[in-house]
Amino acid sequence: MPEAASLIAADAVGTDSEAACGVVYVYEAPVRFWHWINALAILVLGVTGYFIGRGIPTMPGEASANFLFGYIRFAHFAAGYILTVGFLLRIYWAFVGKPHAAQIFYVPVWRKSWWSEVWQEILWYAFVVKRPKKYVGHNPLAQLVMFVMYTLITVFMIVTGFALYSQGEGSDSWQHKLFGWVFAIWPDSQDVRTWHHLGLWVIVVFAIIHIYSSIREDIASRQTIVSTMISGERIFRDDQRD
Amino acid sequence: MGADIETFYDVIRRQGVTRRSFVKFCSLTATSLGLGSMGASTIAHALETKPRVPVIWLHGLECTCCSESFIRSAHPLVKDVVLSMISLDYDDTIMAAAGHQAEAILAETKAKYKGRYILAVEGNPPLNEDGMYCIVGGQPFVEKLKWMAADAAAIIAWGTCASWGCVQAARPNPTRATPIDGVIKDKPIIKVPGCPPIAEVMTAVVTYVITFGHLPELDRQGRPKMFYSQRIHDKCYRRAHFDAGQFVEAWDDEGARKGYCLYKMGCRGPTTYNACSTVRWNNGVSYPIQSGHPCIGCAEDNFWDKGPFYSRLTNIKQFGIEKNADTVGMAAAGVVGAAVVAHAAVTAAKRVARGRNGNGSSNDKQTG
Repeated sequence: MPEAASLIAADAVGTDSEAACGVVYVYEAPVRFWHWINALAILVLGVTGYFIGRGIPTMPGEASANFLFGYIRFAHFAAGYILTVGFLLRIYWAFVGKPHAAQIFYVPVWRKSWWSEVWQEILWYAFVVKRPKKYVGHNPLAQLVMFVMYTLITVFMIVTGFALYSQGEGSDSWQHKLFGWVFAIWPDSQDVRTWHHLGLWVIVVFAIIHIYSSIREDIASRQTIVSTMISGERIFRDDQRD
Repeated sequence: MGADIETFYDVIRRQGVTRRSFVKFCSLTATSLGLGSMGASTIAHALETKPRVPVIWLHGLECTCCSESFIRSAHPLVKDVVLSMISLDYDDTIMAAAGHQAEAILAETKAKYKGRYILAVEGNPPLNEDGMYCIVGGQPFVEKLKWMAADAAAIIAWGTCASWGCVQAARPNPTRATPIDGVIKDKPIIKVPGCPPIAEVMTAVVTYVITFGHLPELDRQGRPKMFYSQRIHDKCYRRAHFDAGQFVEAWDDEGARKGYCLYKMGCRGPTTYNACSTVRWNNGVSYPIQSGHPCIGCAEDNFWDKGPFYSRLTNIKQFGIEKNADTVGMAAAGVVGAAVVAHAAVTAAKRVARGRNGNGSSNDKQTG
């Protein structure tokens, strides 16, 4: 689309509907790269975390011949570091990238139109509204869910995760200095474990919703969704304003 | 100052050590510490003039297991602590005096050693009904505690009761039993949790305080770092089986016989800060994990409410009985998963019914 370039200039998150036609380059390479690395890290964290929480079937032979639980924990910690570093870089990119890169980090609760559009999206998902609105970035409902179930939970998991990790590293470690305050809230770390484990399930639920709605929107809405996270380009299927 | 209390020198002489040996001891100690030529006389002077530290030992809501543990200390022997190191002026369970005579000691110590005595508290005060659930000497314990704490140099909170609340503070806590730091806010409090704490940890804490004249270094939770800075898990002799992934799955299985890790049997070693796996119990004979039983986390906050003891995951009370993070999470994921499937089915059915372009993108598709 020739007019796409000029539309990008007008592309601010608040005025999505004006820009939403043709092809819009919305997710820059760092965002896409982060998304898939992050997805992989979450997958590893989720599977290993589940086994750390429950234990694994007993290994045969001598203890000296096995280190499986150690490897599972190592994978969990390594993936945790990757997720954390990725998250920090992603926050950096929210400032220097396109406005849409910042969308998952806030919810514009002060904007009245945003609330009405959240309602519109709920009606769309409830099969009441027949025609969805177009968005360059996340639709308001997606933004809300992303913020609560992804961003906040990720922060929670990073904080509680490093707090638990600091127990093994010792009270002199930087992890304990930075995250030991968690134990002022829950003096018994068994509580922190329980909450951290519940956090895993929130992320599982988020993943189900996220994958389902991405595919559904890709099929039923007026723009591409899944391929956008691969190519970075949002392709709109019609040029109508609303 | 404190002239009528025995000094350490008096105690040493009373135990049959000659003046000559005492001076030799001071010289040797000063030399080995590298204190210089005046060191020996400084040490001798301190031992000759420093009085034994008065200790008041109060009992609130408790089971006396802390005292039972304390009297079994082997290093140092408890008789050396009580008779030679401290001046245990009041301890209503083991003192000879009783009634008004006993209670008079409290007022006397409070007045005479204002700001210099150590207040050791075993148990905790219940706050409901103005503290009427625990009356000691005709007075609610919470009032006696506040009264004695006001002039204490420091407070030692013995055991999980005084440190965290323990069984009497377990849900629903009908008497509102409250740990010491929930009542006393303006005094240094050293928490020595455990149900009971290890005997040697208790006597070592007392020894440290009277030797150096100040509290040992405490962690964020107010526990002495020298005994509570590592988890039982960190020094557990079964740790190799944990890393290998070799677990006891049932009480009578092969793993239990081989001494595998008790992680899956609910062992709280990974969350419990205590010295059990290094100091051990009963003169270093054993500790729970060594005898085949998982740690129940008795030195941790609210451990009674972190049940079941024999399950890795703690039950979450808000979701009803016998529900842990996995059952709650799987249920949520199941419900959401089912909802997604149903939603997808409705979406598909509507699309089939209305045709491919019936979803609202109108009839003129640009990118077809």
